[in-house]
Amino acid sequence: MRKLEFIIRRIALSLLVLLGLSVVTFTLARVVPSNPASLYLGPRARPEEIARVEEQMGLNRPLPVQYFYYLRDVLRGDWGNSIATKRPVLQEIGDRAPASLELLFVGMSLAVLIGVPLGVFSARWQGKPFDVVTRTTSIIGVSLPSFWLGLLFQIFFFRMLGVLPLTNRVDSNLRFTSPINEITGFYLFDTLVTGNWIAFQDVARHIILPALTLAAYPIGLIARMTRATMLEVLSQNYIRTARAYGIRQRIVIYAYALKNAIGPTLTVIGLTLAYSLTGTFFVEIVFNWPGLGLFTVHSLLNVDYPAIMGITLFGASAYVTINLVVELIQAWIDPRISLG
Amino acid sequence: MGDVMDATVEEGELKTVPRGHQIIRVIGRDPLSIFAVVIIAIFVLVAAFGPWMAPYPEQGFGRSNTDETFQPPSPTHILGTDYLGRDVLSRIIIGTRAALQAPIIVVVLAVAIGAPLGAIAGYMGGWIDELIMRVTDLFLAFPFLLLAMAIVAALGPSLNNAMIALAISWWPWYTRLVRGVTLSLREYYFVEAARAIGVPDIVIIFKHILPNCISPIMVQATIDMGTVILAMGSLAFLGMSTRPPKPDWGLMVAEGRTVILRQWWVSTFPGLAIFITVLAFNLLGDTLRDIFDPRQYR
Repeated sequence: MRKLEFIIRRIALSLLVLLGLSVVTFTLARVVPSNPASLYLGPRARPEEIARVEEQMGLNRPLPVQYFYYLRDVLRGDWGNSIATKRPVLQEIGDRAPASLELLFVGMSLAVLIGVPLGVFSARWQGKPFDVVTRTTSIIGVSLPSFWLGLLFQIFFFRMLGVLPLTNRVDSNLRFTSPINEITGFYLFDTLVTGNWIAFQDVARHIILPALTLAAYPIGLIARMTRATMLEVLSQNYIRTARAYGIRQRIVIYAYALKNAIGPTLTVIGLTLAYSLTGTFFVEIVFNWPGLGLFTVHSLLNVDYPAIMGITLFGASAYVTINLVVELIQAWIDPRISLG
Repeated sequence: MGDVMDATVEEGELKTVPRGHQIIRVIGRDPLSIFAVVIIAIFVLVAAFGPWMAPYPEQGFGRSNTDETFQPPSPTHILGTDYLGRDVLSRIIIGTRAALQAPIIVVVLAVAIGAPLGAIAGYMGGWIDELIMRVTDLFLAFPFLLLAMAIVAALGPSLNNAMIALAISWWPWYTRLVRGVTLSLREYYFVEAARAIGVPDIVIIFKHILPNCISPIMVQATIDMGTVILAMGSLAFLGMSTRPPKPDWGLMVAEGRTVILRQWWVSTFPGLAIFITVLAFNLLGDTLRDIFDPRQYR
C-alpha cells in the first residue's frame, strides 16, 4: 500500500512540475520579449498582421488570463504554428522525435554496455593500472565537447579510413533500392520487422558514429558512478562474509555486489539519459541527423519562436517523464525506497 | 569577527568545509592535479597577455586577411588560417580571455543569485524554505542547456545574454548547496549567540552564515567550471553567444565545421583548446570532489 502511495505522490509531484514548466515557457514566450506578436510572426511581419495576432493571442489581456489561455492551448495540443514551415509545432516535433529518440536510445545503450563494465572492473582492480586508465578515460569522456568529437570521428572514420558514412540517417540511394517502410519512425526497428536487411545494415552503419559521439559523456558518468557504488558495496560485511565462505570472487562481484550497486547506477543512467536529450542536439548538427536538434538549430536561425518554445516544453516534459519513470522503476526493484 | 568564525569552524564538526592549505597539500600530492593546475595557469597567462603573445593580434581580434584563406599549418601560420585568412593560433590566443572570463562570470552570477536564496531558505525554514526550494526544483527540472537556449532565444543572441542565460539555469545548484551548509551552521553557538543578542535575521544571514559558506562554494565552483566552459562553448557553437568577427572557441569550431574534411585545422584546434581547458578543470575538480564533495550536504 505504501508503494502505491509513493507512486501516486511521485506522479502528482511530476504533474505539478510540468505545470511549473509551462509557467516558465509562458514567461519566456510572452513576458520576456518586448513584442511577442512580432516575434511570433517572424522578422518579416506587417503591422496589421502584428495587430491581428496580438488580438488573437490576447496580448492585451492581463497576464494570468493570457497564461490560462496558453495552458489551455498547450493541453489541447495546439502549440502554435512554426514560422518557417507553417505547420503545427507539435506535428513538426512528432515527425522528428523518433530520429532523435532512436539516436538517444542507441547512444545510451552503448554508454551502459561500456560504462557499467568499466566501472565494475575499475572497482575490482582499484588502484591498479586498469583503474587509473578507466578513471582518466571517464574524465576525458566528460571533457570532450560532443560537437568537436563528432568532427574528429568524421575525419578519422570517413576521410582517413573510409569505413563509415559521413552524415545523414540513411544513404540517399536507399530510397530507390530498398525503401524503408516507416512504421514507428525508428528505422532500426522498422527495417528489422519488415525484414529489410539491406536497409537495416545501412541504417546501422549510419548510426554508429553519432551514437558513439553521444555516448562519450554518459560513458564517463556511468563508469564513475558504477565504480563508486561498487566500491561502497564491496566494503560491506555481507561481501566479506561471502568471501570468507570461499565463494569465488567472480560470483561475489557479479551476483552479490553488482545487484546492490545497480540501484544508484540506475539513477545516474536515468539522469544522463535525460541530460543526453540535449546532447543529441549537437550530435545531430554535426551528423546532419534529421531530428529535433537540427530542427532546433533551424528554428534558432530563423528566430522561429513558436518552434523554439515548443521544443523547450517538449524537452523539459521528456526530462521530467524520464526522471519519473526511473524513480518508479527504482521503487519497484528496491523495497527500501518506498519506506523512506 | 573573522577569527571567531574560523575558530568555530575548526573546532566544530564541519569537517567537510575545506581550508585553503588543506586543498593545496592534497593537490600537490596528485600528479594529475598538478598537471591540471599547470595547464590552467598557462591558459590564465595566455588570457592575460594574449594580445602580446599572438603572432597576428589584429587577425585574432577579427580583421580579415583574404589573401591567405585556408592556409594549412605552416611556419608562418602554425595552426593554419580560416575562411577569412585569419591566423587560427592568434584567434585561439585572443579568444582565451573570453573563454575563461565568461564561465567565471556565469558562476559568480549563479552564486550571487543562488547562495543568498539558499542561506535564506536554510536559515528561515518554514514556508519561505518550502517556496524557495520548490522554485529551485522547478529550474532543476529543465535540462539546463535547453533552458539556457530558450532564454537566449528570448533575449537575443550575444555573449552577455548567453552568460545571463547560463547563470539563470545554473543558480539552483548553489541554492541547494548553501541551504545544506546553512542547515548545519544554524546549530552553531555563534549563530545562536547572535540571535540571542537580537541581531536581525538578515544580518545573521549575510554577515555570519554566508561568509562561512564561501569554502564549499569555492570548491563547488571549481568543480563546475569544466561543465560551464563546455556549456558556453556549446552555445557559441550554436551561434547563440559571441557574434562574429570576435574570436570564440565554440564559434570557431562552428565556422570550420563545413570544411572539416579538407581544411581540418580550422575546427580541430579551437575544439582542442576547449577540450584541454575543460579537461584541466575536470581533473582538478575530480580531486576536489574526492576529498570534500560539497554536494554531500544535499
